[in-house]
Amino acid sequence: MREVALFVTCLVDQLYPQVGQAAVRVLERAGCGVFFPEAQTCCGQAVFNDGFQDDARRLAAGLIGALDGAEAVVAPSGSCVAMVREWYPRLLRDDPVLGPRAAALARRTYELSEFLVRVLGLSDVGARFPAAVAYHASCHGLRGLGLREEPVRLLAAVRDLRLVPLPGAEECCGFGGLFSVKFADLSGAMLAAKLDAIEASGADVVTATDVSCLMHIGGGLARRGSRVRAMHLAELLVQG
Amino acid sequence: MSGPRIDMIGNARRALQDPALQQQLRRAMPSFRRQRDAAVAEVADWEYLRSTAAAIKDHALAHLDRYLTELEMQVAVRGGVVHWAADAADARRIIVDLARRRGIRRVVKSKSMTTEEIHLNPALEREGIVVVETDLGEYIVQLAGETPSHIVAPVVHKSVEAVADLFAAKLHAPRHERPEELAGVARQTLRAEFLAADMGVSGVNFAVAETGTIVVVENEGNARLTTSRPRIHVAVMGLEKVVPRLADLGVMLSLLARSSTGQRASVYVSLLSGPRRPGEPDGPDELHLVILDNGRTRLLGDPDLRAALRCIRCGACLNICPVFERAGGHAYGAVYSGPIGAVITPVYEGLDRAGELPFASTLCGACAEVCPVKIDLPRMLAELRGRAVRAGHATNLDRLFARAWTLLMERPARLWIAGKIGRTLQRVAVRGRRIDRLPYPLSGWTAHRVAPPLATQSFREWWRMDRGGGR
Repeated sequence: MREVALFVTCLVDQLYPQVGQAAVRVLERAGCGVFFPEAQTCCGQAVFNDGFQDDARRLAAGLIGALDGAEAVVAPSGSCVAMVREWYPRLLRDDPVLGPRAAALARRTYELSEFLVRVLGLSDVGARFPAAVAYHASCHGLRGLGLREEPVRLLAAVRDLRLVPLPGAEECCGFGGLFSVKFADLSGAMLAAKLDAIEASGADVVTATDVSCLMHIGGGLARRGSRVRAMHLAELLVQG
Repeated sequence: MSGPRIDMIGNARRALQDPALQQQLRRAMPSFRRQRDAAVAEVADWEYLRSTAAAIKDHALAHLDRYLTELEMQVAVRGGVVHWAADAADARRIIVDLARRRGIRRVVKSKSMTTEEIHLNPALEREGIVVVETDLGEYIVQLAGETPSHIVAPVVHKSVEAVADLFAAKLHAPRHERPEELAGVARQTLRAEFLAADMGVSGVNFAVAETGTIVVVENEGNARLTTSRPRIHVAVMGLEKVVPRLADLGVMLSLLARSSTGQRASVYVSLLSGPRRPGEPDGPDELHLVILDNGRTRLLGDPDLRAALRCIRCGACLNICPVFERAGGHAYGAVYSGPIGAVITPVYEGLDRAGELPFASTLCGACAEVCPVKIDLPRMLAELRGRAVRAGHATNLDRLFARAWTLLMERPARLWIAGKIGRTLQRVAVRGRRIDRLPYPLSGWTAHRVAPPLATQSFREWWRMDRGGGR
């Protein structure tokens, strides 16, 4: 049995624990033994994106320590994985101790759909979900990690799930961390275009691989009083 | 370097409140993208072309001293004169002095962002010289007293109706509505200018070191006239525009045309090697090439940002950028806008002035995906954010957030306790599993979205209860 450390991410931990629970179950169904290193918190992306690289380094050191020893690390978030994979080695390149550990962690950290499809070679995880689903391709998973096919393959294998095309699926929803607060109007305008497309798609549910995008999109849908629900990919894969 | 701090946040807000601008951007930008995508899809080995172009540019940049010297020699051998300009003021002085010495009264210009960068037009006009932009878009921008809002499509911010109004008011011509008619009006005016001008000023898309050839790419034919009709041709180039060999153009021109305007090839590609030679029927008597630094060697000496000098000014990163599509180019408050502008402006003009630009992005990465020379723009934007913070440009609020977040997240116990406290405190705000209004500074969030409450049980609490902890 494959041992997998769940890097649940801070947003999932505090705001969307059901996504973490779903990720655990999906991984267990896929035959993995899942454990949760409790010393983990935030990858540091929140402060890094705002330019606070020293703070990001401190949080990176914490996460590297928390996840040391895990053979494979899986997170239900493309952007947190992109932070670990792209930025940890770069941020810590001059650190003789943490640098190599950051590089090693970067090599064995995976986004959930990436792990299921690329590492385990799965596409059908045995889920059933009777609904029309639109897939929003979260930017960091898509362009940061190169995950274009993986989430779609998993969705396509869910029984009774009808995948509806989402025009502009690869366009950013406008979240961008503190961008959504500082440039609230720009972010809101980007979100509006995304919500229009989702509502016009005829979907019952919009899904993605990042809860940050879904917090943004779902928050926008709720603000509009839309009937469309935002659900993380893991939540769909655990249905039925 | 100069000017007040660029207020991108305020500029973007004002742009969003301008319905005419919004309508124009939402009409133009998606069609730019579609054209580019279609042109790129035709090329089987696009990724190979991109890698090759990046390698050509990297090689040229790594041996810039050698190739610029070779370029100077080859231009001189063919009868041209090379001038070196350390900064914008230097470049202006060189061109104004030349115009003065030659008794120039009228200048025609073809499209050149580099001459925008050095603010050439006002400098010439102060000498009493009449300067006329001959690219249709630039001509419109000049008539309106504005600046270009896009590297390739300078007048993308203006609707046809607005241009019709402008022409009717400024050219005292009957009001025309159709783009073809408007172009006809401009063509009539400009033809006379070409014939009257004694100096033509152009930009440079590529300069070939081995042959001393200046390459100018365009679609209207105005650059060909600008560089050949007047008796003096002045070409202004950033020093990063040099490529080693003529053969390199095969890669670069294809990438440029497809990436910028979605064309297989640009309508006019002029390869200019020296002024008119004895016995030749046309061409200028004199050719002057001004090679501009203006911060570029600073970029060259910056390993994290150096690759930004690969840029061939195709504008693809502007066209794909969701921020540009809504804020427009003028919101960037600088000559170069969009993702590439947000990277190079802080280097050229300083973080004091342009420190906010790198933050005007979600780091979505779409720009890096389309860049024909593979500039990792989001990585550079993130890098510049770090520099802005280190240089002390973060607001107190930002610092407070970063300090609080790091303190909170540094110890799992702190996060656990804060979660407990937060769940109690949030009861005043949560209505039906959502928070409809948050106080400043988070009020911007709830203007467009509801906020999620902290879960009644965090994941880590669930793990302890359900799984009994472990590791």
